[in-house]
Amino acid sequence: MSIVTLNNRALKDATAVGTTTGLGDLVFISRSTASSSSSLSITSGIDSTYKEYIFVFNNIHPATDGANFQVNFRDGGSDYDATKTTTFFNAFHDEADANTGLNYFAAHDLAQSTSFQSISLAVGADNDQSTSGKLHLFEPSNTTFVKHFISQFDSYESTNYSTNYFVAGYCNVTAAIDGVQFKFSSGNIDSGTIDLYGVN
Amino acid sequence: MALVKYNNRSILNVTALDSLASGGLNLLATNNITSGVSSSSFTSNIDSTYDTYLFKFINMHPASTNTHFRVNFRDGGSNFDASKTTTTFFSRHKEDDSNASLGYDNSRDLANGTGYQDIYFDTGANASDECGSGTLFLFSPSSTTFVKHFMSVSSSYGDTPRAYHNFMAGYCNTTSAIDGVDFKFSSGNIDSGVIKMYGLSKS
Repeated sequence: MSIVTLNNRALKDATAVGTTTGLGDLVFISRSTASSSSSLSITSGIDSTYKEYIFVFNNIHPATDGANFQVNFRDGGSDYDATKTTTFFNAFHDEADANTGLNYFAAHDLAQSTSFQSISLAVGADNDQSTSGKLHLFEPSNTTFVKHFISQFDSYESTNYSTNYFVAGYCNVTAAIDGVQFKFSSGNIDSGTIDLYGVN
Repeated sequence: MALVKYNNRSILNVTALDSLASGGLNLLATNNITSGVSSSSFTSNIDSTYDTYLFKFINMHPASTNTHFRVNFRDGGSNFDASKTTTTFFSRHKEDDSNASLGYDNSRDLANGTGYQDIYFDTGANASDECGSGTLFLFSPSSTTFVKHFMSVSSSYGDTPRAYHNFMAGYCNTTSAIDGVDFKFSSGNIDSGVIKMYGLSKS
């Protein structure tokens, strides 16, 4: 076989090379942008391609002051109602330096519930207030095991607290998770972006 | 022109492919510290190109004992002095199996403070293997509408000696863009370590 010599010109306009489907270990899949949205649903790109998915949230801003940002999962059909058992704790500190703490928050965990799971609480609706963070979803297409997820957010709360929220748990189903939905407990998602990545 | 078919062997040594989509994690800068420096700053490439920036600090080793690894942010001008409100908590456990605990640390948080924020603490130079490693996310630093959220998780080797698992988060309480990030120890130089800054693709 002859030796093929490559140069920049030969590859300049290539958009895909053979079996090289991604460069790097974190692969961008999609961006969802809120604009006075009642919810944001991500229903494509969540399959067996990756063992781990990461959702990254930038400046999720509520229309309603003090609303809780929430997630739910679709395990077949069209409803976001996967059964979940979760843990919930937070660290908080107010701008006046009067109140700090680290607490388990039993009012916001779930025990075999199909309800939405809060992942960041009491987000303020002032112009500069928002919440940002990330959520990891592990092997959603697995049909043997439950589906674990872990999230961490920082919230600029309506009462001028910085609160760091930690939620983890599992969808207690062996059906594949093929969709994820985010919304506020009341009112619209006024603005913000959610980027979905796959981890090679 | 003949159709050229490439295979893995033929492109083995190609290191760059024009207009080919890159991965989602884009390395923007590496500060490789091999001799003492007072601080390690990132003052370029923090802009609207990416919405999410990730810093990885690896094996940060101080010159002094009982010192704290810290961060601050630049919101205009040349000083790293953005106003911040933060939370800090940690779990810890000594090598002699004592002092296992989990708690909020209100001696290290900030309430609209402009000082440096501790990421991890009580590490030192007593032994050459003492260091700390972890990550820090910075969200939408170029936004001029919202505050700038950040979150850090790290593991560190405490002076006593003991293991720390450290959690810090908060926001720069400013609508000015953040265009620089500075890391240093509370006393003495950074003796060695590597800090990498990545941008996460948004398309």
